[in-house]
Amino acid sequence: MLHRYPKRVTVLLLAGLALLIAYPAWGPAVFGESSAFFMEKLTLMLIFALFAVSLDLLVGILGLVSLGHALFFGLGAYTLAMASPDFSAASLWWMLPLVMLVSGLVAAIVGLLVLRTKGIFFIMTTLAFGQMLFYTVSTSSMTGGTDGVFIMFRPSLAMGETPLIDLDNPLTFFYFCLALLVAVYLILRALTRSHFGQVLDGIHDNEHRMQALGYATTGYKLIAFVVSAMIAGVAGMLAAMQYGFANPAQLGWHHSGEVLMMVILGGMGTIFGPILGAFAYELLLYFYEHLTNHWPILMGLTIIVAVLVLPKGIAGLLLDPPGRQASLLGRLGGGKDNLAKGRQTSASDSDGKSVGKSAGEVSS
Amino acid sequence: MSSMLKTRGLTRSFGGLLAVNDVDFEVEQGEIHAILGPNGAGKSTLINLLSGEIPPTRGEIEYRGSAIQGKKAHQVARLGIGRSHQKTNIFPRLSCLQNCQLAARIHHGGVIGSWRSRRRAREVDERALAALDTCGLVTRAHTVSSGMSYGEQRQLQIAMVLATQPQLMLLDEPMAGMGREETDQVADLLKRLSRDYTIVLIEHDMDSVFRLADRITVMVDGCVLESGDTESIRASETVRDVYLGRHDNSEDSRPNSDSVDIGNGSSNSEVTS
Repeated sequence: MLHRYPKRVTVLLLAGLALLIAYPAWGPAVFGESSAFFMEKLTLMLIFALFAVSLDLLVGILGLVSLGHALFFGLGAYTLAMASPDFSAASLWWMLPLVMLVSGLVAAIVGLLVLRTKGIFFIMTTLAFGQMLFYTVSTSSMTGGTDGVFIMFRPSLAMGETPLIDLDNPLTFFYFCLALLVAVYLILRALTRSHFGQVLDGIHDNEHRMQALGYATTGYKLIAFVVSAMIAGVAGMLAAMQYGFANPAQLGWHHSGEVLMMVILGGMGTIFGPILGAFAYELLLYFYEHLTNHWPILMGLTIIVAVLVLPKGIAGLLLDPPGRQASLLGRLGGGKDNLAKGRQTSASDSDGKSVGKSAGEVSS
Repeated sequence: MSSMLKTRGLTRSFGGLLAVNDVDFEVEQGEIHAILGPNGAGKSTLINLLSGEIPPTRGEIEYRGSAIQGKKAHQVARLGIGRSHQKTNIFPRLSCLQNCQLAARIHHGGVIGSWRSRRRAREVDERALAALDTCGLVTRAHTVSSGMSYGEQRQLQIAMVLATQPQLMLLDEPMAGMGREETDQVADLLKRLSRDYTIVLIEHDMDSVFRLADRITVMVDGCVLESGDTESIRASETVRDVYLGRHDNSEDSRPNSDSVDIGNGSSNSEVTS
């Protein structure tokens, strides 16, 4: 429903982008010896951001909470690992479309079945499909069982014989992931602003009404599901390139849960929120892991507090700054209702375009 | 006048309950056809069957000469049968105009055609604005619909149906919960719409029904008790006994189904046949 973000969001995103692009300039100065290690961390964050953005299309835009999205992430990783030749590098020109085709096809089949359900049943069916692939992959000798499959050579991007960019170079690969994330972000922003995106919003709010208006909602949902799976597949492929292997853990439900937390932490339905969520989650994880062996306790507490204090995630902070929000206590007590009421009164106080805009800002 | 919509033996059961029982119903082109009946008579179920939201257990629905039973809701809507719901059913986060645009775009080639083109966008805007204009909401075009009064939201719902360019409108209690003034406004609106559209109307407000309707079908217990023009329904002894008689005695325009003595089944079928 949000067709234009306030300027501060654009500014922040561009600043973050500039900071990432300039990493080689400031990274070594800040992190010294471990600068290269942090760049690989950042690369992984970019990959998870891509994964989180893909899930936001389902969870935030369409309103379907999936606990099996790692299915497509893992599928991307395994497609690359299985299709890569043993003694030479595969070509990314082939691998990228192949990964998208495989995850898209599987998503079309799975989607036809799971999109018949909603709410808790959607969660359970996506979980079931994810676990089906998890157990298939982790028990089959073809896919290396629980060890997974190693990728001996990272795929290359070449024009004929001449390499275009050297993906083996960590910095180049970092930029490559960054470029992909920016591209996907822009595509999804265009998609959500299009009529197609409006229909998805409508389905989110009231699918029944959309059908009564004359929309074949299943088709729209299926397309969104397939697009989301394709992006997740690409993220999985990048992760496999980064790690050098495909592993069953990449498609387990833990991983699905993790990315869901990134989306919730970042702010559902905003596309840019989950990117921030992925970075925040990974950074927190990094610090907690160094703090204690019992880091999941800290992580869990953080997520609970975040959900209570920031029901709209980090993105909610930016779209609806604290000064304009209801008091913390009010939100803890009344939650959404208070906010909704506030929105209604603000909309009825005055009218005309400005209201449409400001209320649009509030509702993300 | 020619028949636009016709049902034969239309039946829908929920478990053991026959919500709509062997209904023969006919809507003629250009008329306002009201459906009356106590709560639980099957009026809304009948509308849901006509609009494809639930499939019939038995029976046929013929729309402009072709059978449409078994078609899905969105297919029926695209054939030109638009409907509004008993509950207010708008997209609260969108403005009035956006609500209507969403409705107006259904004819633009499904999923593939949903990316915008300038010419189409203009057509959609024109249609959406025209619908708002007809319903007197044009000044509220950019108001977020959740911030409007209940009455305006109900009118927006009609505007959305209009924006889909229907030939036949199925309106389920468009005046439910409205005050006198708003009710009259909507009644005027329906009167105006009846020049261009065929309307099937479920309504409990008797004054409006008798003022607006060309024909009335009275339903009781899932069956058609009587169907005919407004005068014959007003004069009908049977209808008066089961329905209108009660209404005259109370100010409440929603008759309580418990208080209405429906009589025995045999007398119903006598009237129907």
